[in-house]
Amino acid sequence: MYAYDEIDRTLINERVSEFRDQVKRRLSGELTEDEFKMLRLMNGVYLQLHAYMFRVAIPYGTLSSAQLRKMAHVARRYDRGYGHFTTRQNIQFNWIKLADLPDALEDLAEVGIHAMQTSGNCTRNVTTDQWAGVAPGEVEDPRIWAELLRQYSTLHPEFSFLPRKFKFAITASDHDRAAIKVHDIGLRIHKNAAGETGFEVLVGGGLGRTPFIGKLIKPFVHGRDILSYVESILRVYNQYGRRDNIYKARIKILVHELGIEKFAAEVEEEWIAMRDTALTLDDEVVEDIRSRFTYPHYKTLSDTPDELKSASADPHFEAWRKNSVAPHKVPGYGIVTLSLKPIGGPPGDATADQMDAIADLAEKYSFGEIRVGHEQNLALPHVAKRDLPALWKALDKIGVATPNVNLVTDIIACPGLDYCSLANTRSIPIAQELTHRFANHDTANLIGRLHINISGCINACGHHHVGHIGILGVEKNGEEYYQITIGGRADEHAVVGTLIGPAVPYAEVADVIEDIVEAYLALRQRPDELFVEAVTRLGVEPFKERVYATR
Amino acid sequence: MTSPLQQKIKITGPSVVTANRTWDGVVIYRDTQQGWTTELAKAAIVRTADEARAMLTESAADDVGAIGPYIAPVAVNDNGAIKPGNLREQIRAQGVTIDLPVPA
Ligand code: HEM
Ligand code: SF4
Repeated sequence: MYAYDEIDRTLINERVSEFRDQVKRRLSGELTEDEFKMLRLMNGVYLQLHAYMFRVAIPYGTLSSAQLRKMAHVARRYDRGYGHFTTRQNIQFNWIKLADLPDALEDLAEVGIHAMQTSGNCTRNVTTDQWAGVAPGEVEDPRIWAELLRQYSTLHPEFSFLPRKFKFAITASDHDRAAIKVHDIGLRIHKNAAGETGFEVLVGGGLGRTPFIGKLIKPFVHGRDILSYVESILRVYNQYGRRDNIYKARIKILVHELGIEKFAAEVEEEWIAMRDTALTLDDEVVEDIRSRFTYPHYKTLSDTPDELKSASADPHFEAWRKNSVAPHKVPGYGIVTLSLKPIGGPPGDATADQMDAIADLAEKYSFGEIRVGHEQNLALPHVAKRDLPALWKALDKIGVATPNVNLVTDIIACPGLDYCSLANTRSIPIAQELTHRFANHDTANLIGRLHINISGCINACGHHHVGHIGILGVEKNGEEYYQITIGGRADEHAVVGTLIGPAVPYAEVADVIEDIVEAYLALRQRPDELFVEAVTRLGVEPFKERVYATR
Repeated sequence: MTSPLQQKIKITGPSVVTANRTWDGVVIYRDTQQGWTTELAKAAIVRTADEARAMLTESAADDVGAIGPYIAPVAVNDNGAIKPGNLREQIRAQGVTIDLPVPA
């Protein structure tokens, strides 16, 4: 956990009173909606179809039990008893009243939580690997750098009105769980030949209307130079980004139009002029931030405790353990993923009661810490293996132990037309139907790792481009249709999926996905050839044929 | 927002003016008394572009009460019952098409 200092607390509290005043002036008519809109967006308040939506940041996906309880409280007191965890380590409340928002913000501020920069054309919540600090083989905890970037970019005057929103993601592992290649800036922490820690910097990734995979701009930037380097990128973007056309305003378009070489040269020029200024990070600064992250006092425990041996006789427990428990850097501990994808449920939603129960379980079994990942699941990052059987029972009771992590029913879906005013089509009911089709755990296991991602419009909040199977809602003559892509991926081999053919109507989507999965099962070379690998080997043709031959 | 007077307004059938209520975001419709109602059944119906423009202009003047008024299609059956004209408006009028995680 990271301990905020007095500056952070003051900032957050001042923000609450500022927003309270703005809301008051809006409700009295002193501020028009035109004037107020930008102010509310700066505090994460959107207007959806039938209510306001409130987006709260979970910096680098780390929550304490106290913070999660406060989320539960907000859900219960000001909303309809649940919240939605998003693909960018935020939580959204879908039914909040404008008049209640200042109180909700004030309650959240008590635990250091806020909604600054969760919308608007600024640098958004800096996201990272949900296993940061506990994954084996990690170079170092990426949250230290995420926190540095958070402090640097929060209310940064020069970057509060960028041409468009700006998203950072950081990872320090070989396997990228933070989807850094589809962010405006993706940072991969690694060591150079001299053993120094630095960053591989990618720029210009993004989804939306025009998806791009991030391009390598610099293979190694030393840690002490990272702020000046990203500032150089932001400056070039701020100067040349397309403010004239919202569809071309993201940095990905600028990088694409200029070409990465030209863009990199511009950044380099800027950087040379400013790299040895106040932005250079002294070791002390980095160490100070590092020291404010506290880590649990792990015990010396057996990696194969008796409790685990006896529980392994229960096939349900074993299925869950194999699916949802990952290795931890400390022997005797595991990282436990909590599936927010129950069969038939809306992906990523958690009720206030579940949040409270998870907060309690985190206190009991995970040193009071919870993580949020971009796949819209939660994790308990430090669970002693001997506690796994007891934890499993408790998680199962509250419905977050579905053993489907990374399987076909672990679907990423945006809110779609059930909530979102920009939507063409619904997303959630499609996800729900698919989870019913593949509800049988043995079948899902047989299929293996398969990511289905669904977006209700081209904005791509559900990451459909980089789903192994991507489903994108489009409207045709007032009806809901869906385009299907296959072969996308969001990890270190990130690639945008390929469209298999004409869009299909709402009622046929689940059948089509079943056809695609059946084709894969028939075509795969070995049981461990993943769906996405089979698509890479075979191309889309055999799948296309299967889907459209009979339609 | 562009003033309704400057907007091109095309309607293809019976329509209403709808918006979200400022203090809580709830869906509202312009009624026949130049106020707002949360019930589609009580909404004022317009049938020509001129009527629609006039009602939208009058609605937009209430910036304190309502956000983003716009014209939405409806279907009116023989006995006068009003139904939303498309799926988006159906969801706005009747709520989400899924079960909420916590029953109301
Ligand atoms: C009121 C609801 C929402 C609105 C109005 C909204 C709006 C948008 C828009 C306009 C874009 C396209 C930006 C661009 O291409 O420049 C976008 C992208 C995105 N949104 Fe949302 N969104 C909403 C909810 C969500 C939710 C629930 C999630 C997570 C589940 C999410 C995560 C993302 C992500 C990951 C992207 C694509 C990445 C990128 O920025 O290129 N958004 N959103
Ligand atoms: S992808 Fe489209 S429909 Fe889905 S949340 Fe984003 S803007 Fe809304």
